[in-house]
Amino acid sequence: MSFDRPNFRHPKLAKNSAGYSRTDYEGAISTLCAGCGHDSTTNAIIQACFELSIVPHRVAKMSGIGCSSKTPAYFLGKSHGFNAVHGRMPSVATGANMANRELLYIGISGDGDTASIGMGQFAHALRRNLNLNYICMNNGCYGLTKGQDSATADKGSVGKRGAPNMYASIDLCELAIELGASYVARGFSGDKQQLVPLIKGAIAHNGLAFIDVISPCVTFNNTSTSTKSYEYVREHIEATNTFDFVPLQQEILAQYSEGASQEVVMHDGSIIHLHKANSSEDVTDRLQAVNKLELEKKRGRLLTGLLYVNPDIQETHDIINSTLRPLNTLTEADLCPGNSALQRINESLR
Amino acid sequence: MKPTNTEDPEYFHKVIDCQYACPSHTPVPEYIRLISQGKYDEAFTINWISNVFPGILGRICDRPCEPACRRTRVEETPVAICRLKRVTSDFKSDNTDFMPKVPSEKNGKKIALIGGGPASLTVARDLLPLGYEIDLYDDQSKAGGFIRTQVPSFRLPEKVLNEEVDRILNMGVTTHFNHYVESLKTIADKGYDAIFVGTGAPRGRDLPALPGRVAGDASIFIGIEWLAAVLYRHVSSTPEKVLVLGGGNTAMDCCRMARRLGGEDVRVIVRSPRADMKASPWEIEDAEDEGIPIIDNHAPVDFVVEDGRLIGMHFQKMTAEYDANGRRKLLASKEAPVFIACDQVLLAVGQQNAFPFIKEDMPIQMNEHGLPVLDEKTYQSSVPHIFFGGDAAFGPKNVITAVAHGHQAAISIDLFCQGKDLHDRPGPTTNLVSQKMGMQDWIYDSHVSPDHRYAVPTADRVKSLKDRLVEVELGFSKKTGHQEALRCLNCDVQTVFDFSTCIECDACVDICPEFCINFVENGDEDDLRARLLAPADNRQQALYVSPVLPTGRVMVKDENVCLHCGLCAERCPTSSWEMVQFTYNSALAGQK
Repeated sequence: MSFDRPNFRHPKLAKNSAGYSRTDYEGAISTLCAGCGHDSTTNAIIQACFELSIVPHRVAKMSGIGCSSKTPAYFLGKSHGFNAVHGRMPSVATGANMANRELLYIGISGDGDTASIGMGQFAHALRRNLNLNYICMNNGCYGLTKGQDSATADKGSVGKRGAPNMYASIDLCELAIELGASYVARGFSGDKQQLVPLIKGAIAHNGLAFIDVISPCVTFNNTSTSTKSYEYVREHIEATNTFDFVPLQQEILAQYSEGASQEVVMHDGSIIHLHKANSSEDVTDRLQAVNKLELEKKRGRLLTGLLYVNPDIQETHDIINSTLRPLNTLTEADLCPGNSALQRINESLR
Repeated sequence: MKPTNTEDPEYFHKVIDCQYACPSHTPVPEYIRLISQGKYDEAFTINWISNVFPGILGRICDRPCEPACRRTRVEETPVAICRLKRVTSDFKSDNTDFMPKVPSEKNGKKIALIGGGPASLTVARDLLPLGYEIDLYDDQSKAGGFIRTQVPSFRLPEKVLNEEVDRILNMGVTTHFNHYVESLKTIADKGYDAIFVGTGAPRGRDLPALPGRVAGDASIFIGIEWLAAVLYRHVSSTPEKVLVLGGGNTAMDCCRMARRLGGEDVRVIVRSPRADMKASPWEIEDAEDEGIPIIDNHAPVDFVVEDGRLIGMHFQKMTAEYDANGRRKLLASKEAPVFIACDQVLLAVGQQNAFPFIKEDMPIQMNEHGLPVLDEKTYQSSVPHIFFGGDAAFGPKNVITAVAHGHQAAISIDLFCQGKDLHDRPGPTTNLVSQKMGMQDWIYDSHVSPDHRYAVPTADRVKSLKDRLVEVELGFSKKTGHQEALRCLNCDVQTVFDFSTCIECDACVDICPEFCINFVENGDEDDLRARLLAPADNRQQALYVSPVLPTGRVMVKDENVCLHCGLCAERCPTSSWEMVQFTYNSALAGQK
């Protein structure tokens, strides 16, 4: 088995507007199982960052524990990273974000890390609308500990262990909408055409962008009786919409027919063009989003795509009105204005 | 596009760029892999079966394989395929088990070979094991043809030449040396079942119309005749200043030989621009390394003779112009001709075919170029039992082409002597062997790393310039040969895709360092090439297209820059990709 990739790359690979080739966004060779959905998800992240011309050293990758949380080693090898305690990625990300609000934060978590041990952390990061791209690689099982059912495994789903899951599952997207997330999407590792724009939209979003990526565990949960297998997902997938992500600097070239499309202007000026099956749908309507999720679930379908977005919401820094300068650049002079300033304040209170 | 038919033996053959480019289709990656395993005998045998003269070709081959090498698409320099061929010959044991058995009981058919060069010797090698009796006629005292008379010893030592030529003669060829065939009719009258003409292109072109040619004759020589004269020791020295006219490999041999025979100021003068010179780049390099300047864009005007002695030549400066089709036109510049002093001129301005022995009594049809009219596949002439091959067939080419002709002519002769259809020829033999070892490991060395071509060590220049018998190139050592062998990308280990088990997880797409694997909607070739992940603009290389997958997409792999690193197969959870060694051996006479 190979533990490195050949250094040769296609001689005619394109460079992005920042002057980087796709290779500059790659990481070490993956040591996950062959065919793991997480590898596709990491490649979608690489592709999205390449296409958006993100500068690699202005990114921080945050993760917890699990197969999914190993993946920051496999993408953006030239970026910052922090591998936190199990389920504690959101709080470490919050701290990092407070210290330096200028970096792009990509939080990687799994269904165990998010829906079980880290549930409390997940909920509060959403509630505070931390400016974080929270990607949950959801395979419905604890792959690293040999495939026990996780909290997102559907009731009745049967993995490699052979026994149906007895408990009800947690729908992370519905929960995220409920808890106040401002960008909620669901993707599938086996469909990069949809996943890459979802990630790009998340990066453009100012606030917590949550993407639930169904990412099959090829070793423990890819049986024909599992609801998180490649085959099952492909057969039951339902896209609520398809969309084009148009970055701020880019000219809009495509023609969009009226009614069936919706334009969402993101905080940074980028535009998301949604193409919907039903023109009466409004992706910024929270009630509709939850209804649609429940409706499709009742039909036995798995709804994917951009489920809900609120581009006007305030992120944590806006809420707490923190300084625009990263806190880690504030010097003693900035933080301690001196005795005369103190006297002035005291004077004003007299 | 329709799904690729990998059953077609030519599909995977084409992926093995070096083997496909070789006229004889030698299984190059196979023998290079054997070198890396230290199996020199096996590696030599593969070469010997396919190209008959590994020791000779390992030194003087024109190497059509090297520009084709896949490594040049990711790195500047190709694998030193030619020099690795020499490694197999240098380090093989004395074991001769690889030699085919020649039956003592003959099949009753007698074949005459006219000319003892590589084409004829190949015919002999292929037909002897089938029980044919072979008579070889040559006007020289030893076999080898132009490899012997024209290629200098500092490039090809006589010992190597004798070993490879004798290996074939000793299989039981009846030789008639020092026998100049005056007339083909006399041979035909002897009642041979078939005759093979491999007389090469024996005549060096002259410049008879150039003023001063007659007056300066004593100091003007035809290159190939002069090289033969050096070999037979009729010529043992040159004067100080020598001009060599011509830009081919013979010119390079002439100038380097002149350096060794006392020429202090040897120059090569070429009519065309340097980029259009016919000589192989490495031979030009070798000549320049020996201090020989190459002066291009100079066309000869006249020989200057004073007091009956050649003192120099005039040259007109030329400029090359190319039209829209890339066709070249050489135009004389307006400058006055330049004078270059010299004591001797060697003409290496081309070779011509000559068939003085084919007289009107033989009804062999000739074309307007003075070459025999031949069937392009069978090399049969208008006289059914007479076949041609090598330079005698389609004009001057190279040794490896002559060998390829020899193989084909032998097949034709064998079919002809059995009264079979010459166009119903045996196909190549192919084989597919899985390289799987354990879960995700391969038998072959799949590791690909950047590694530049290793230089071949050379003899001390002062010493080699003093003695024309000292071979300049010393060949790779076992160690460097091993290192160079590891540069091979194993293009014969194919990526074979089984669409029926693919779950479309994208693992192969994600791991491929070259981005050559795609899962896309089908389309026609132009459309597909435009939609792939990485530019797929090399149309010489095929797209490998699978049947339709469950999602309605197809797998499309651009074979162009695939490194055969095996990562797709390692990352495939269902073994839909597999690394499979594909062997392709061209047919030889006697095979079904």
